[in-house]
Amino acid sequence: MNIDKKITDDLVANGVSFVTTVPCKQLAGVIDEIEARDEIFHIPSNKEDEGMGLCAGAWMGGKRPAIIMQNTAIGVTINTLATLIQYYRMPLPMLISYRGELREPVACQVEMAVHTKALLAQMNIPTYHFHKQSDVDELDMILKYTFMCNKPVAILTDANFWGGYGDQ
Amino acid sequence: MIRSEILREIAPILRDHLVVCNIGLPSQELHMIDDQPTNFYMLGTMGLSSSIGLGLALAQDKTVISIDGDGSVLTNLGTLPTIANNVADNYILMIIDNGSYGSTGDQPTYAGKKTKLEAVAAACGCENVVTCQDVDTGEVLQAAIDSKKMTVIVVKCDSGNIKLPVITMDPVVIKDRFMKAVGA
Repeated sequence: MNIDKKITDDLVANGVSFVTTVPCKQLAGVIDEIEARDEIFHIPSNKEDEGMGLCAGAWMGGKRPAIIMQNTAIGVTINTLATLIQYYRMPLPMLISYRGELREPVACQVEMAVHTKALLAQMNIPTYHFHKQSDVDELDMILKYTFMCNKPVAILTDANFWGGYGDQ
Repeated sequence: MIRSEILREIAPILRDHLVVCNIGLPSQELHMIDDQPTNFYMLGTMGLSSSIGLGLALAQDKTVISIDGDGSVLTNLGTLPTIANNVADNYILMIIDNGSYGSTGDQPTYAGKKTKLEAVAAACGCENVVTCQDVDTGEVLQAAIDSKKMTVIVVKCDSGNIKLPVITMDPVVIKDRFMKAVGA
């Protein structure tokens, strides 16, 4: 299975047509796939809170948005999630590279990984964790759930899900 | 002129377009001067007026005016390259540049010192950057709308605030009303 294509197919099938990204090594393939798709307008952001602003505007303009980012961005976006996305009650699927988990080669990434789920739980953000490739089967349902309840929803995708980093 | 005087003067122009209005006093002033369903008031999230407006402009065809401040643009300076590289000709970013953080007590911003936001915007790649004085805002804004070219306007004005109440409208009501106006 090509995970990058499967994720993009699910986004397209759920009407997601506006995607903003801040890159991560693990996300490179899916970002390439999104950039290549005619059905999706891809707009890279310089920072994830900026990206959430773009998504909020696109949603109010009639498009279904999504953001793709690294889990370190949770530290950047708490205020935006609380005072924009949640306060105005907007849906936002967040496909998140979950750095600092099993098979992580960079020690500093663990420092935000240990806070990631706690912060998401504190924010009452529905959170899913993809650890095995087959977990991606739930993405379609998660997207439907997100646009049903009008909430930000986190999909954490760890290194094991992406197939690891190879020999480091 | 101070910001509220500018908003009062351009309200008849703003009324016909989608407006994303910056957090704090700018939203409170616009709400008091001319509340419209086509106004999206930011109740929080300093810095994102330009981003919300750009996303909205890219998603649909109506003209969108983001009313921003120099302090808020400095908070989200990464917005200017994103705007420059994703041209939406139905988008106008109007930066009311009074050189101060008005909503928090008029502390000076760097835009009121050495930093020139019009030069920053141009350096970021924004192709139509217009700097004007407060008294010319209406004329410049109307010209930008008529040009149908994405434009960044930097309005130089005095710092100063009027006393007025906070917005008590529920955020979901603001959003719902606005989305209906967008879709109308």
